[in-house]
Amino acid sequence: MTQPLVEARDLTKKFGDFVAVDAIDFEIHKGESFGFLGPNGAGKTSTMKMITTVSPITDGHLRVFGNDPTVDGRSIRQRIGVVPQEDNLDLELTVAENLYIYGRYHDMTRSEIEPKIDELLEFAQLAERRDSKVEPLSGGMKRRLIIARALINEPDLIILDEPTTGLDPQARHLLWDRLYRLKREGATLIITTHYMDEAEQLCDRLVVMDNGKIVAEGSPRQLISEYAPREVVELRFQDGQKDEAVLKIDGVANRSEVLADRVLLYTDDADQTQRAMHERGIQPEQVLVRRSTLEDVFLRLTGRGLVD
Amino acid sequence: MTTLSRSLRYAESEVIAYRRTWRGTVITSFVNPILFLAAMGAGLGSLVDDGTGNLAIPYLAFVASGLMAATAMQNGAGDGSFPVMAGVLWRKNFHGTITTPLGPEDIIWGRLIWGLARLTFVLGVFAVIAVLFGAMDLAPALLSIPPSVLTGIAFTACITAWTLTQEDGRSLSTLFRFLIVPLFLFSGTFFPISQLPGFLEPVAYVTPLFHGVEAVRKIALPGVDETIVTSLPLWVHIGYLVVMATIGVYLSIRVLDRRIRP
Repeated sequence: MTQPLVEARDLTKKFGDFVAVDAIDFEIHKGESFGFLGPNGAGKTSTMKMITTVSPITDGHLRVFGNDPTVDGRSIRQRIGVVPQEDNLDLELTVAENLYIYGRYHDMTRSEIEPKIDELLEFAQLAERRDSKVEPLSGGMKRRLIIARALINEPDLIILDEPTTGLDPQARHLLWDRLYRLKREGATLIITTHYMDEAEQLCDRLVVMDNGKIVAEGSPRQLISEYAPREVVELRFQDGQKDEAVLKIDGVANRSEVLADRVLLYTDDADQTQRAMHERGIQPEQVLVRRSTLEDVFLRLTGRGLVD
Repeated sequence: MTTLSRSLRYAESEVIAYRRTWRGTVITSFVNPILFLAAMGAGLGSLVDDGTGNLAIPYLAFVASGLMAATAMQNGAGDGSFPVMAGVLWRKNFHGTITTPLGPEDIIWGRLIWGLARLTFVLGVFAVIAVLFGAMDLAPALLSIPPSVLTGIAFTACITAWTLTQEDGRSLSTLFRFLIVPLFLFSGTFFPISQLPGFLEPVAYVTPLFHGVEAVRKIALPGVDETIVTSLPLWVHIGYLVVMATIGVYLSIRVLDRRIRP
């Protein structure tokens, strides 16, 4: 296999005594869409900041495009596009000017930048907002502008840190559509997220992070088949009846997970499980049968939900 | 790209932003000096010159030269405070900039290059206004610009470093109230520091605006004597300001790096 675009071994980031990233290993290859999935505080953003060379590594080995971020930060940054978690557009500038100055920061000439701006505003569906100020744009528009900005230098690697956090469902889908298009065109993406559906939609391969460590790695399908039985029976109970039911539940499914508002039963055969429940006299108020998702994988691996 | 060309790229973004925001800065940059020259120079000055004033030059010339340095300080301090806090905390655009080939040092140098250009412009306008007021001849007015710009840059650099150590913007207005305003009033801008109570005179010697004001008068004003300026040699004032600017730049880069590249 060719040299990975990003290669990390024992990569560690400490802030004082706090270990944000704890000796993780991963490789990201050209054309791949690679995800870091985990709850807030898992170490995803710290990892992204080390890859984008804006946070020095504490320990271990990290190469981006084969270069060492500690010495070749600038040449690495010349070839990446970064979509940060927090909006950091220049509010004093217009939509087009925000793209223009990043083109300039990347050493492009005006004549190189201008056609690129047209193309990117088209891509981000912001062409008609070209000369408007940034402030009044909606959250989704601002995010799309930041993505456009990250593409101004035709990056070999695009790094997106929680690209859709805080957006409404419609804006998220529009954004996913744009990212999916980039992916189809062969871009290499690194995405952090704490949304399962985002990881399932966009990532070819992902790692699950928890407390600074990588706890699992694979494609979304692989992870689901490895860590979660095929189907999930979700039970909701009337007030007070949950505890009683939980006592009788042992053995009706491969595994169960008792959450605050519901009980999840992991099983290879949902019909079988429901029959067994019925025989034991467990009578939930509501039953939902669904396929396992990454959320179930995550629950299994970390013992808690992704979004607190 | 070299450090200079990267810094110029950053300065370019400030120029583009300024095209939209310059209106808001007109008052402080242009109208205030006119008001001050009219009130302090022409108004108060006629009293001073008619009365017991024993200055070797007209009070209007005295105060105009002091105001050049003081205006530079105010503009310089302004440049080093609120826009810096915006970049690092309120709007966070510095955080975005360092994901491009630019680094913290390019932001600091770029801001100073831009500050230099803006100070030169603001003080150029001031000089023209002073000439129109009859406060100074053209040559002294123009000669006042370089030492004033140096004063402004020294303030920008040090206040940038200080701002970057602040958690939030609350302390910024405190800075103006308790540092910039007293400096403005007691650094020899409006009266020679020999008029200060004896124990305060040495205090003035260590404050930065005093050196800016002295440098402007020693370079630009013909016929100054001990009624106007101290006997300190000019190089002391220039040296003070250069050292202040250098320390400010060094600390700004260091502190910004620590803050946004944790």
